Amino acid sequence: MRANCWERSGKVRVQNVPDPVILNSRDAIVKITSTAICGSDLHLFNGFVPTMESGDILGHEFMGEVVEVGKGVKNLSVGDRVVVPFPIACGACGMCTTGMFSVCENSNPNAWMAEKLWGHAPSGIFGYSHLTGGFAGGQAEYARVPFADVGPLKVPPELSDEQVLFLSDILPTGYMGADMCSIKGGDVIAVWGAGPVGQFAIASALMLGAERVIAIDRFPYRLEMARDRAGATDIINYEEVDVQEALLDLTGGRGPDACIDAVGLEAHGHGPVYAYDRTKQALKLESDRPLALRQAIRACRNGGIVSVIGVYGGFIDKFPMGSVMNRSLTIKTGQCHVHRYLKPLLDRIQRGDIDPSFVITHRMSLEDAPRGYDMFRHKRDNCEKVVLKA
Amino acid sequence: MQTELTREYREAGSDRRGMPRGLGRRWDAGVHEGVSDPAERRATGLGWFSIALGLAATLAPGLLAERIGAGRGPKKRATTFAVGIREIVTGAGILAGVGRPIWLWARVAGDLMDLALLGRSLRSRRANHPKLLANMASVAGVLALDAITAAQLSRRERREQRTPGRIHVRKAITVNREPEEVYRFWHDLQNLPRFMENIDSIRVANGRSRWRARGPVGIPLEWDAEMVHDRPNELLGWRSLEGSDVLSSGIVEIAPASGRRGTVVRVDLSYHAPARRIANTITKLFGQDPGTQLENDLRRFKQLLETGEVIHSDASIHRGRHPARPPTQKELEAIR
Repeated sequence: MRANCWERSGKVRVQNVPDPVILNSRDAIVKITSTAICGSDLHLFNGFVPTMESGDILGHEFMGEVVEVGKGVKNLSVGDRVVVPFPIACGACGMCTTGMFSVCENSNPNAWMAEKLWGHAPSGIFGYSHLTGGFAGGQAEYARVPFADVGPLKVPPELSDEQVLFLSDILPTGYMGADMCSIKGGDVIAVWGAGPVGQFAIASALMLGAERVIAIDRFPYRLEMARDRAGATDIINYEEVDVQEALLDLTGGRGPDACIDAVGLEAHGHGPVYAYDRTKQALKLESDRPLALRQAIRACRNGGIVSVIGVYGGFIDKFPMGSVMNRSLTIKTGQCHVHRYLKPLLDRIQRGDIDPSFVITHRMSLEDAPRGYDMFRHKRDNCEKVVLKA
Repeated sequence: MQTELTREYREAGSDRRGMPRGLGRRWDAGVHEGVSDPAERRATGLGWFSIALGLAATLAPGLLAERIGAGRGPKKRATTFAVGIREIVTGAGILAGVGRPIWLWARVAGDLMDLALLGRSLRSRRANHPKLLANMASVAGVLALDAITAAQLSRRERREQRTPGRIHVRKAITVNREPEEVYRFWHDLQNLPRFMENIDSIRVANGRSRWRARGPVGIPLEWDAEMVHDRPNELLGWRSLEGSDVLSSGIVEIAPASGRRGTVVRVDLSYHAPARRIANTITKLFGQDPGTQLENDLRRFKQLLETGEVIHSDASIHRGRHPARPPTQKELEAIR
């Protein structure tokens, strides 16, 4: 089959690779109809995530048709149309049974690697380095899906691929970002990053009852999408105005009730602090640049919540713990527990509360994946979200 | 050797009251790896002393030469500076290679050199004789300390080299199953090869078990073991029979996790072989990090109980590194 493989930092290539086979009895093989490039794929592409191997198949946002099931899969049959959650979860361990699917205790065969870096290991993830298991990804014609009786969600035929594809990751991830803000009526939520996840965090905050949602980014086209499509009430371009000043003004000096970091480890900024983080990251003295996170913490109102859904890989510098502690802030974070949100969000899509396809700006064939990565990375042609058709 | 193993086994498995260790309150790191001993701590102290002395001698060589009573002059300053560099190098060596005796022996040589230098200064008319003698006495004191520490570390290193293949690891995991089920699974030793990477097969007959492990170059190791502890739903223990090539023992403690959130399984394994050839095989079998090896075994055990099988990824089915992509037909045949 054809698959988009990571070759080295900054280089991906569509190659011929062997077709997947059933390795565990609860596997299914899915023939992929739609797959997408995620912002976190760019962290792999740019070489910020360790333990990548040349030849790894990328991609963790995919859906398609079941073409084969292992003997342990009773709830799926050949021909079913499914969306696959990006974390691989067994459904039986202590974490899964309490709804913490993205930290499943059984699905990461390379748990020892992750333990060396993070103390404990998260779940396996499709196409997302060997720290998360070394599973082949979904930017391919076919994918093997372990624990297929737990993860994949059957989707009704009346919904198009584009409407349900993002249930695999970015819609639930944005939704969890808002969910972690414990929104009460009247709340003001600020969202750093108007990429696809940020867009869904904004839309979700509104669905969950926020009164105002403020989007922060540096690309006008993304801020416009946040305002016109996701429903942000206010937008801030951090290259034009001081974010802290603007937020103080917008919230009457109090700060947002909750702040969502939908940016993660490759944050941009300007001035000496940005130069400082770029330098430290280049010298490998810190792995992640936490500019958005620092700003979100400082901006949040006293006693507020900072919800982190942007991806971080290792270590950050100059973390404003004093601001967190002295002002009674709460930080909540995690890779999305997608399984939790699949059905409720499918219901919302069916009810018409949200049509996630609004973030798609580019559709291309799997063969064009390298071009898609390049466009998305450099934000060419107002690129917001690339969907690949296999 | 048998008696030594038996003692070790007893110590690992229980405390004075005969209770399995680990059920008590205090976590004892003693059975784990890398606990520093007094000689090692002393060596670290001496390393820092070297660096402090070295800094003083390189930054203010003239002042130091005068203070120790060696006298003044560019020659004295140069010698003191050189001694300072030597001290910094040995100090850094000690701190970087903690536990290695070679750098301590370097300090011993340095002390002897210093004594000689100070002794030569005694002949100089400009020297302060009482001060010099006092300093020679303190150098002699440090020399003694250095020599003792170096000798202790050397002895330890020799001892470690004499006993390869001595593996003792202890790890715990929590399984989302009742203690009864966990006990039943371990009680049937024939289940162990399903998750223990090093064990090829275990055959059980007449209350004894025959263990077979495959060495890294294909030399099989075999030994017979017997159950020595069996307390239903709490404790299992086995030990190789007297006279085996491989002296091995294992203890499995089973207890409900706090709040009954699953069952805690603590496993304590020892391997040792008196014969060097076999010992080397054991060392290779367990690789660089026996702790991680056992941890991974326990994770597979947990997967078996909780999900019914050992979970594979596209990379993990291969020995060594492999990209995350499906196996070729050829690779697949090699695995199956």
